[in-house]
Amino acid sequence: MSRFFTQEHEWIEVDGEVATVGITEYAAGQLGDIVFVDVPADGRELTKGDDAAVVESVKAASDVYTPASGVVIEGNAALTDNPALVNEDPEGGGWFFKLTLRDDSELGELMDEEKYAAYVARL
Amino acid sequence: MSDIAPEPAHELRADGTDPVEELPPQVLPLDAWHRAQGGRMVPFAGYTMPVQYEGIMAEHLWTRDSAGLFDVSHMGQLVIHGPDTTAALEVLLPGDLRILKPAKMRYSLLLDEQGGILDDLMVTRLDAADPGIPFPMDAAAGDDAFYMVVNGATKYDDIGHLREHLADEITLNHLDDRALLALQGPKAVDALDRIVPGVAALTFMTAGSFAWNGHALWVSRSGYTGEDGYEISLQEDAATAFAEAICAEPEVKPIGLGARDSLRLEAGLPLYGHDLSPDTTPVAADLGFALSKRRREEGGFPGAERILAERAAGPALKRIGVIVDGRQPVREGAEVVDADGSVVGHVTSGGFAPSVQAPIAMAYCPPALAESGAITLRQRGKLHPARVVPMPFVPHRYVR
Repeated sequence: MSRFFTQEHEWIEVDGEVATVGITEYAAGQLGDIVFVDVPADGRELTKGDDAAVVESVKAASDVYTPASGVVIEGNAALTDNPALVNEDPEGGGWFFKLTLRDDSELGELMDEEKYAAYVARL
Repeated sequence: MSDIAPEPAHELRADGTDPVEELPPQVLPLDAWHRAQGGRMVPFAGYTMPVQYEGIMAEHLWTRDSAGLFDVSHMGQLVIHGPDTTAALEVLLPGDLRILKPAKMRYSLLLDEQGGILDDLMVTRLDAADPGIPFPMDAAAGDDAFYMVVNGATKYDDIGHLREHLADEITLNHLDDRALLALQGPKAVDALDRIVPGVAALTFMTAGSFAWNGHALWVSRSGYTGEDGYEISLQEDAATAFAEAICAEPEVKPIGLGARDSLRLEAGLPLYGHDLSPDTTPVAADLGFALSKRRREEGGFPGAERILAERAAGPALKRIGVIVDGRQPVREGAEVVDADGSVVGHVTSGGFAPSVQAPIAMAYCPPALAESGAITLRQRGKLHPARVVPMPFVPHRYVR
């Protein structure tokens, strides 16, 4: 399994053909208290960069972009009742959605963990 | 992800512009102290100010439960005194200042000629002969003297407006060397009275002179969170030591401007530049209580004719409060739509209310639609049913 990151602070973890997407700990910290998450419906076809989900904190609404193209197979239902899970465990239980990947080569354009850490350190 | 640097709503100028966008932010007396407390600093009403320390939700709930210290030094503190100041100010705002006794304060509005709102403010009558009052004043002014607190983003426009309309014999001092701190919450009285004995005797909307460690304080029992609490005006060079001392009390934590915004929203209190503007009148803004009885009968304030006609006939749009169904916040700029989907009004403030545990909003809407008890809001194409409810959303707990 390997994990990649976008400049917009999404993470994507790839396990074979299936990938899981969420927002990074840095992003969750910047947003503050998350009060609402809207995840994409099963079967929705996404193209890399599409608005895939909405996350709202006490003060701001943000779109979450999909880091790769594919078909949504599951949204994280736990976030409907407990959006604060994104603050508590952003890179684990606070994942947003899973999708089957259309094109692995898109992942090559993303940052690995080390590059993302260096990127955040400069912000 | 987009927009990951949230900023709290702050007051805007009467023309809707934001001082933040023009000048480099100025530094307030407590800047270094906020940073040392872990405050996340953002541009706010022309200054750099703390949006939060540990988190908006926790700070909001702490204030409702205990006591929070807010730095509101960006606001304008003015002293106005001289011959016939009472009558001169009544020409500019619709409150009855004549019946206001020394040390008593009230909420009022600066109005333009059409009755539009230029700013909202707190005005306190002073007794200039009282040697305890820590403001530079000519004692000969007697009690025709007032202390006024106006919004930060509008203060320079307000000063210009006041100066233009007040006679030359009336002195207007901008106390720009003073800090203003608000201590808000049910335990504010316990904490403040411990270090400034005597403040517990003040009642809501009353002010007085006090001393702390040799520094003169002007303290009022007032605020903008719906909770009991105080606002404390003091010389800027004493501000850091005072903030340090009050935050050493177990009831008190520093609170950022993010929570100040969510607290005032729950308290049903409008924010200038968002819920109030020159396009809104006191009647439309549902601030009828700011139109004092004698003033309504006599007129003689800006826009009186229009405002009194609107009061009799009802405004076209009125500020209302709503609780939004579901959990998604509906924010400023969202539309109020009628059954046909036509836009009939707008949301002017909105967000997730930590004490209500639901999304709430203020909106301007035709009164007839509001009376039905249910309205529909539209945000980014999505419809959100909402219930019209009386404000405040959280009961006020003032100590009268």
